[in-house]
Amino acid sequence: MSGLVLDRLEVRAKGKLIVALDAVVKPGGVLTIMGPSGSGKSTALAAIIGTLGPEFSLSGRLILDGRDITGLPTRARGVGLLFQDDVLFPHLSVGGNLAFALPAALRGRKARRAAVEAALAKAGLAGFADRDPATLSGGERARVALMRTLLAEPRALLLDEPFSRLDAGLRDRIRAFVLDLIRAERIPAVLVTHQADDAEAAGGRILDPLGRPVPPGT
Amino acid sequence: MTADGALRFAPRLTLLLMAGPVIAGLAGTLRPAFEADGMARLLDWPGLARAVALSLGTGIASTLLSLAIALGLVAALQGGRLFTLILRLLSPLLAVPHAAAALGLAFLLAPSGWIARALSPWATGWTQPPDLLILNDPAGLALTAGLVLKEVPFLLLILIAALPQADAPRRLMLMASLGYGRVAGWMLSVLPAVWPQMRPAVYAVLAYSMTAVDMAIVLGPALPPTLSAQLVLWMTSPDLSIHPVAAAGALVQLGLVLAALALLRCAETGLARLGCRLALTGRRQIWADRWLAPLAAGAGLLVVLLMAGSMAGLALWSFAGPWVFPDALPQRLELDAWARAAPGLGPAALETVLLAALSAALATGLVLACLEAESRFGLKPGGGALWLLWLPLIMPQVAFLPGLAELGLRTGVEGSTGAVAAAHLVFVLPYVFLSLAAPWRAWDPRIAVAGAALGATPGRIFWRLRLPMLLRPVLTAAAVGFAVSVGQYLPTLLIGGGRVTTLTTEAVALSSGGNRRIIGTFAMLQLALPLLAFALALALPAALFRNRAGMRPGA
Repeated sequence: MSGLVLDRLEVRAKGKLIVALDAVVKPGGVLTIMGPSGSGKSTALAAIIGTLGPEFSLSGRLILDGRDITGLPTRARGVGLLFQDDVLFPHLSVGGNLAFALPAALRGRKARRAAVEAALAKAGLAGFADRDPATLSGGERARVALMRTLLAEPRALLLDEPFSRLDAGLRDRIRAFVLDLIRAERIPAVLVTHQADDAEAAGGRILDPLGRPVPPGT
Repeated sequence: MTADGALRFAPRLTLLLMAGPVIAGLAGTLRPAFEADGMARLLDWPGLARAVALSLGTGIASTLLSLAIALGLVAALQGGRLFTLILRLLSPLLAVPHAAAALGLAFLLAPSGWIARALSPWATGWTQPPDLLILNDPAGLALTAGLVLKEVPFLLLILIAALPQADAPRRLMLMASLGYGRVAGWMLSVLPAVWPQMRPAVYAVLAYSMTAVDMAIVLGPALPPTLSAQLVLWMTSPDLSIHPVAAAGALVQLGLVLAALALLRCAETGLARLGCRLALTGRRQIWADRWLAPLAAGAGLLVVLLMAGSMAGLALWSFAGPWVFPDALPQRLELDAWARAAPGLGPAALETVLLAALSAALATGLVLACLEAESRFGLKPGGGALWLLWLPLIMPQVAFLPGLAELGLRTGVEGSTGAVAAAHLVFVLPYVFLSLAAPWRAWDPRIAVAGAALGATPGRIFWRLRLPMLLRPVLTAAAVGFAVSVGQYLPTLLIGGGRVTTLTTEAVALSSGGNRRIIGTFAMLQLALPLLAFALALALPAALFRNRAGMRPGA
């Protein structure tokens, strides 16, 4: 079965339940986890990406495209991550950032360069490969970050408030760009946010970290 | 998997390489102390009381003075423009080897030195160098001054590195809003938070100042010299029957250092209690700001001036043509001294660079492995590990290097470049670690998560992301290690068995001869090598990442 299954995924710290999620995210669908800061959103995110600290205990399973990824290290999960900030690598060019994400199986300088150029063109950033990421605008950086994530060919996407640092006008455009790509590439996605309009734009189920449905408009 | 296992072992290997030689050497040095009535003969030596008093006096006085200046500068001036200026001038002085600083200061202070020349004859009336014992004075004042010049920059930088964890700006604001003076507010609210972090550095300064050999030979009194300097004379003496006396002396020296450290510990507790009592009185102590700020600034600037004068003096002497007293400047500049020194300078410089490059590269590699193991396996270094790190810097060198040299002699490695580099490593490692640990740990962990989420292995994250992003601090730490190795005197002398000649051993050996031009060339080169290393450490990342605005300092 394709898609991301959170199978009674529960995280506890010192016995206290912080995360309890039981949901299925279909390819191209978005599950939104919403709640104020301190509600366990980032713990839920760490559980899915595989960076939980030793102070947490995890139960339940994560199934991605039929494969149990619960015990796998972050790099082997096939879950792509978009941060609140773009977290571009500052020592690499824009093209270098993208090439870092390309699977090693794609061999040959020319082929890799072509893949990078194609991704940039898709994001409306043709000719940006040799640019210094520090010279890009916020919107450009956000798009490079998304393309970098997608080039690693993730089977699922995790979005950690990726729009909250963008200013209002840009925000809608980038959000639409990301959500359209998710649908087009048919990737299951989990969006973690505290903003209702992000959740509504995503269009899927909205839960709080303890798995309770959040009524629209809150 | 085996690489993973080796990495996991790195911290233990590093600690072993540092603490092992110290402990083995200590045992080796002190064993003969109980043979051949070494202790009885030491006690019969008429110079003992005076040598002990010199070691204690110069060590404690210079430590307290350096500490007072460093604390005063930060407490009274930090944040101001004058402080930034002094800091910027003092930081590069950290790279000046002890021997070069001592020789430079000697050129400045001597009766025929630069200061006397600048003031003569118009102010002093001297047409010939006066018969004054300014240098090598029996009370060790010149030695104390030399030690202070070297330790103020060190303590100041350690102090500044410890400040961020002390939440200083908010504490100071709070104290000011309660009506406290700046200095009083700093001493009562910030110092207690920074002290635990700078404590090992202060202990190291005290131990070093009490036992420094190269500075004592150049600046200290002669008959008798400080205890450590006398011990080295005995230890390197061809008369083997004196060696048990030297071993007994090393035991005494170790006892003196431990006693002084204990005394300092008691003083800390007493002062802390006094501070608490003072805080309870609620006196705002605003008066302290008025006189402490100019005093600290004056002392800081004096340190900068004396060091700058020393360095300039070394350079000038090495290029000086005829220069009769009391002319302030030589009649002309020439390259004669450099040409005459060249046959000795070349091999000594080569050996120095070889030792420094070897020990700095090895230390940087080990420290990187330690830090990477720490983040990859979630290791948390305990307080014990931190003290082991400082052990080679706190343990007096004369107490463990002779035993180590003896061990080298017995295993046949004494006198080889490799053995000396290994001895340098003991002192280079702690400094490289202290220099690199903070920036390495401060690296944004999200970069690693981003890399892992893109499928990168831990190895790829290390080589392609963390190492290049931290290239500047890594190279700076390597340069610190390089500078530390260049400055090593006693390890080179004792482990090298006199067969490994570096710029430092040669400059100190020449210092008694008094040919200032030749000494100037050796000291200049000794000074230039660390500066070159630091320049490279700054230039290389800047050139490599010249098109990356996000990689600039402060970005």
